[in-house]
Order: sequence, then C-alpha cells, then structure tokens
Amino acid sequence: MAEAAALVAESLAGYRARAARAVLEQVVLPGEELLLPGQEDGEGPGSAGERPLRLNAGARSGGRVVCGPGLRRCGDRLLVTKCGRLRHKEPGSGNGGGVYWVDSQQKRYVPVKGDHVIGIVTAKSGDIFKVDVGGSEPASLSYLSFEGATKRNRPNVQVGDLIYGQFVVANKDMEPEMVCIDSCGRANGMGVIGQDGLLFKVTLGLIRRLLAPDCEILQEVGKLYPLEIVFGMNGRIWVKAKTIQQTLILANILEACEHMTADQRKQIFSRLAES
Amino acid sequence: MQRGLDSETKKQLEEEEKKIISEERWYLDLPELKEKESFIIEEQSFLLCEDLLYGRMSFRGFNPEVEKLMLQMNAKNKAEEVEEETVELDVSDEEMARRYETLVGTIGKKFAKKRDRANYEEDENGDIKPIKTKKMFLKPQD
Repeated sequence: MAEAAALVAESLAGYRARAARAVLEQVVLPGEELLLPGQEDGEGPGSAGERPLRLNAGARSGGRVVCGPGLRRCGDRLLVTKCGRLRHKEPGSGNGGGVYWVDSQQKRYVPVKGDHVIGIVTAKSGDIFKVDVGGSEPASLSYLSFEGATKRNRPNVQVGDLIYGQFVVANKDMEPEMVCIDSCGRANGMGVIGQDGLLFKVTLGLIRRLLAPDCEILQEVGKLYPLEIVFGMNGRIWVKAKTIQQTLILANILEACEHMTADQRKQIFSRLAES
Repeated sequence: MQRGLDSETKKQLEEEEKKIISEERWYLDLPELKEKESFIIEEQSFLLCEDLLYGRMSFRGFNPEVEKLMLQMNAKNKAEEVEEETVELDVSDEEMARRYETLVGTIGKKFAKKRDRANYEEDENGDIKPIKTKKMFLKPQD
C-alpha cells in the first residue's frame, strides 16, 4: 500500500491524470482521473500548461467505452469513486471499447437493476409485498409478478418467506421494485425459496468471486455431499443440505473462504473429506 | 359585397402573420453548441463486467429442477460441459403431504363459487384448508 500511496501523492501533487491502460490490475483510490486510450497523446510531461480537449481524434478510435461500478464519467475522462483494483474487459463482439470497472469490497448493498437477489418478505399490504433486500428501502414486489399468477390465483407467499428475484427498477430516486419473472413470463428459478435451509450474509466481493466461471471453491464444495445453494447479489447466501450439521459446515466454509488462502482451504477440505 | 382576396395578397398576409408569430416566440441568442457525443456510458451493474454464473446451484442431485436450470442458464453463457449425474431421489412423504395440503386448497378455491370462497378466506393465516360442508335445504318433518 505504501507504493500506491506514493503514486497517488505524485499524481495528486502534479494534477496529472494517468492512463487507464497503465493502471490495470493496480489499486486506485477515489479522486483519481484516468485517461482513456485515445487521449494519452497530449498528456506528456512537456505540456504542463494548456491541455486542449480533444473530442474527435481520440473518441472514434475507442468506440463506446462503458464505465462500470466504481467509476464515473468526468468530461472525457474516468473518475474513480471507490478504492480497489482497476479491471478491464475487452469487448467480445467488437463493438465498443470494452468495460472498465473497479473491483472493490463492501458489505452494504445498493440495489442495481437486473441483479438477482434474495429478499425476506416483511409485510403484505394489499397487492404488493414489501421485501427486505438489505438496501436503504424495502423493495416492492407485486403479487402478479410470479409465474402463473392471476388476480384469482394468488401466489402462496407469507411474511417471513425467502424470495429469489431480480430488480426491474432500482435507482436512487425511486423505491426499488423486484419481480420473480423474466421478460418472457417464465420463472427461471425465481420465486419463493423452499423450506428449511440457512440464510447468512457475506461480503459482496465474495459473492462475485464465488459466482465467477472458474471458481474452485464451489467445485470442491460440490464434491462433498448433496446440497443446494442460492446466491443473492446483495450478499446473502441460502444453503441447504440433508442434515443440519452438513448445512452448518457448509455455511462456515463459505463464510471463512473470504480470508483463507488456497492452501488452507485445501487442508480443510481434505479434513472434511476424511471425516 | 366582400370580394375574395387574390391569391398573392393571401400569401402575403400569411407570410406577415407567420413573421409576427415567429418574432413573438422566445429563443436563445447563443451560438450553436456542438453536441458532444459522449462515448462513455455509465453502468452500475456488475453483469456487464464479469460473466457470472446463475445464482441457484444444486450439487449431486439434491434438487433436480435446479440442476436442469443450471444447465439451461449457464449454457446461455457458454459454460463448460457439465457431467450428467442423474440421481433419482424420492420426494419425502412429509413434503408430499405438505404440498398437497396447500394445493387442494388453492386449486379448489379457483373453482369454488363466490359464496363458497368465503369458507376459504377464514383460514388465510395458516394453510388453506379445504371447503366445509355446504348448507343444504333441510326439509321439515311435518
């Protein structure tokens, strides 16, 4: 971290923005400005005084760049708003300049449209359910947003049930709304989560790590015994296994995974496989 | 007798009317700003950034429906091949009983007439119990 602090001090003192490409996979701090690939030309050490804005030359070469979580648009540059590692993804189909985002760590969830989350039904008022998703406000869920629900055929949802759904409306100005149905009208696994099992909370970064395509933790966990897991992007995980003891072991493993190295994890798994 | 106006004078009158109207309209006396086509889009969602797997998972046949879903949803994201282990599990008796208890109530309610639906409403707090006996006409014995 001392290295990062020195870099930041240098860049803040000189008010020089760094090129995003040069900072990939490094720690960035809030307040830093990053230049996109098309704009690095005029930012050499010589031009300390006037820096003309170049809109046309740099823009077209990169195409549309998406700035993801942790970054904001500031004129033509990216402004960092969260501390973490800067990541980049090349565009798959070739349209646009790729995605930049900051891989940060936090426990507090902020509702985002399109996220699949686990919510707890807290109230039932008229036609809507109030669902607690861990954000600043409870989300609203209409009783018609379940598969096969009509006005006469209401879904069987009680207060205290767990719901797996996705957000359709989630911004800072409005109350978040979620549904348990996709755009075609099918449930796709969303809806009320069944009986038993255990719900616990972890950090948001761990969820994303566990849901990555090449996650070793899940592959090892899946070999232990039959189980079912539901991951919510709001930091909540629901697990269920055949016995209570197995469920608790699973919950403890997933919570501890955050702070374990790969070796420690393998040790624990081998011990479990023996017993 | 009022004569009709000539076409030319008509046109002139129209033009003058348009002039008056357009002068009355307000407009900003600024030079035209070039529209900056912003090529940076802001997105707060992690779905675009990282290819995340589907959130519901089941291992070793614990929940066959979820395993089917996993294959379906992850196939959309071009996941690797998943080994097909179809382990047949019996649904436990308790679960069957529980499901049927509520199912009979909800389906029965759908076909019940309006008066009979009142019998279901009473048991809204717990599970929906089936319908009570209907009130039939009792013929007097005399």
